[in-house]
Amino acid sequence: MTDSNATRVHLTLDSVLDSVETVETLAETFAQRAGFDEDTASQIAMVSREATVNAIVHGNQYDPAKHVNITMEITQAILEIRIADEGAGLDADALPDPLAPENILLPSGRGVFLMRAIMDEVHFHKLTPGTEIEMVKHRDQKETHP
Amino acid sequence: MSMKFTTREVNGVTILDLSGKITLGEGGATLRDEVRSIVSKGSKKILLNLADVNYIDSSGLGELVSAFTAVKNAGGELKLVNLTKKVRDLLVITKLVTVFDVKDDEASAVSAFA
Repeated sequence: MTDSNATRVHLTLDSVLDSVETVETLAETFAQRAGFDEDTASQIAMVSREATVNAIVHGNQYDPAKHVNITMEITQAILEIRIADEGAGLDADALPDPLAPENILLPSGRGVFLMRAIMDEVHFHKLTPGTEIEMVKHRDQKETHP
Repeated sequence: MSMKFTTREVNGVTILDLSGKITLGEGGATLRDEVRSIVSKGSKKILLNLADVNYIDSSGLGELVSAFTAVKNAGGELKLVNLTKKVRDLLVITKLVTVFDVKDDEASAVSAFA
């Protein structure tokens, strides 16, 4: 999919679930290339999948006229993954806490929580239109999974 | 790869042996439907064997929660056994490990049902 030595990639993908697999595979490749162990790379791939599902399902709502823009970059210090939709926008601060007793048995609402738990930094940027989620993992960490 | 499952019964406990991925659009709905089907047939003791589940995401966690709730609301019990490290890690992160009754081996899981 990408040059085996590439440290930066940008993709524009359709708002279909097949795109999720593309992002997940690419994220795992980049995470491994950045030096993360197998478990951490798998978790980075998983949260990239979560963000892409959110972009397609909640952001773009499968609208074929809208796309998902993906950028992944490895620098000396970090792995950065940016996933942007063209939807109506997301107020991440308003998301309910999935650990709260009243929410723990809800069937959904854990995606952003997992991103924040697994990545070192998660930032949401408002676009016009849409939302970009920026996820950062520091390369000096060998393991973060519990 | 999607999720696959087989169903068997041991000492009155219905055991679902799951394998593959529990994710959005890849078998998650199948798990929910299967558990509800088992409950509707009168089984109140359900054990999910996750030994061969190599991947789960937030949608898959939601499916496990939905299955748990459906069984509980029907007056039954649902337990989990043989969690892989990936699945266990996510249950710990999301604190769902405090909700589910998780067992390490099938024999102790089966005997733990009332």
